[in-house]
Amino acid sequence: MRVTITVNGTVESHDVEPRTLLVHYLREAVGLTGTNVGCDTTSCGACTVLMGGESVKSCTVLAAQADGADVTTIEGLARPDGRLHPVQQAFREHHGLQCGFCTPGMVMAITSLLRENPAPTERDVRLGLEGNLCRCTGYHNIVAAALAASADPESRS
Amino acid sequence: MIPAPFDYVRVKSADEALAKLAEHGDAAKLLAGGHSLLPLMKLRLATPDVLIDVGRLSELSYVRDEGDEVAVGALTRHHDVATSPVAAAGVPVLAHVAGQIGDPQVRHRGTIGGSLAHGDPASDLPAVVVALGGTLVVQGPRGRREVAATDFHRGFFEVALAPDEMLVEVRVPRTVGPWGFHKLTKRAQDWAIVGAVAVTTADGLGVGLINMGPVPVRARAVEVAVAAGASAADAAASAAEGTEPSADNNGSVAYRQHVARVLVRRALEDAGV
Repeated sequence: MRVTITVNGTVESHDVEPRTLLVHYLREAVGLTGTNVGCDTTSCGACTVLMGGESVKSCTVLAAQADGADVTTIEGLARPDGRLHPVQQAFREHHGLQCGFCTPGMVMAITSLLRENPAPTERDVRLGLEGNLCRCTGYHNIVAAALAASADPESRS
Repeated sequence: MIPAPFDYVRVKSADEALAKLAEHGDAAKLLAGGHSLLPLMKLRLATPDVLIDVGRLSELSYVRDEGDEVAVGALTRHHDVATSPVAAAGVPVLAHVAGQIGDPQVRHRGTIGGSLAHGDPASDLPAVVVALGGTLVVQGPRGRREVAATDFHRGFFEVALAPDEMLVEVRVPRTVGPWGFHKLTKRAQDWAIVGAVAVTTADGLGVGLINMGPVPVRARAVEVAVAAGASAADAAASAAEGTEPSADNNGSVAYRQHVARVLVRRALEDAGV
């Protein structure tokens, strides 16, 4: 079947099997490998992308379900001039990553969280990240980065 | 992990979905948010020949104040129930529990109808709707019919839906006063090892149990004890009466029954008992 998905502002159109998962579509058809497959069971959040501006786990969404949707991946967050998105910048400044595997999903989940709750408390951030696991257990700095990013109004865009 | 091959059909109305169900029968499954079905398909525990995608039927996505009841369209996402002012005002326990399911990503996709129709006794919402004495509206080729929530769950992953029927609406009575909801999980996003809800409607106190048997359980003995004047602690002592939870690596039968008594006591206390 043919699916047409706007990925990071670019209209992508590909023939896929109906069983193609969105994460495989992004990585293999579109060629954007920033979105990781972690647990592959809707638990770890490494595959989190924005669909219609909201966080989803792309290992549990069919590309067919995203047909016609706007999808944003980690590659689509930085500004056209190369400036990092405020959430990315905050991860850099607060050492919000160790091995980095969970990072794309964490950044996308926080971006979605800040759109829904622009002024989260530390508890809001921790609850908002319950769907993202960091096996380095680097949560402290991830939460610090999210709180720092929330101070920047541009973090919601 | 990739599901076994299937044909995919996206429908534009509930009537079209019913027509497709009539055409394909048992070989088809309805796909709403897909957050119960797709994981099963990836594990090849479910291998439908046809997926009928009803996920975009906005006609079935709503939370409406209908006087004594709140009506929720089957395709309303957990996120939309959790953030609904109508749900918060009329049935705050439902909004709260919808906001406790899985994690934000799951709540952006999963739907109330999908959760109920899936029939997993470890899910949160079925026990809440059972405790509330809710009504499920089912549509099929012979029109609409209503099923009491207590009669909807027939067994482990088995519900009172014929292969040519779909769940279209969940109706729950407005609640009165405080309520309680507690679940025990190892990780925040996990299914409940055990959960308990206590809520009062015009019909009185309802107590529901999550994951304490093949179907969501209404803890009638607790309700009777409270009606007779028992304290929360005394009433909760009978919380596990008649329950048949399964034993697994999260806990034995005896452990789950103990946890049920503890969580019911806490839920009753929150509910003002």
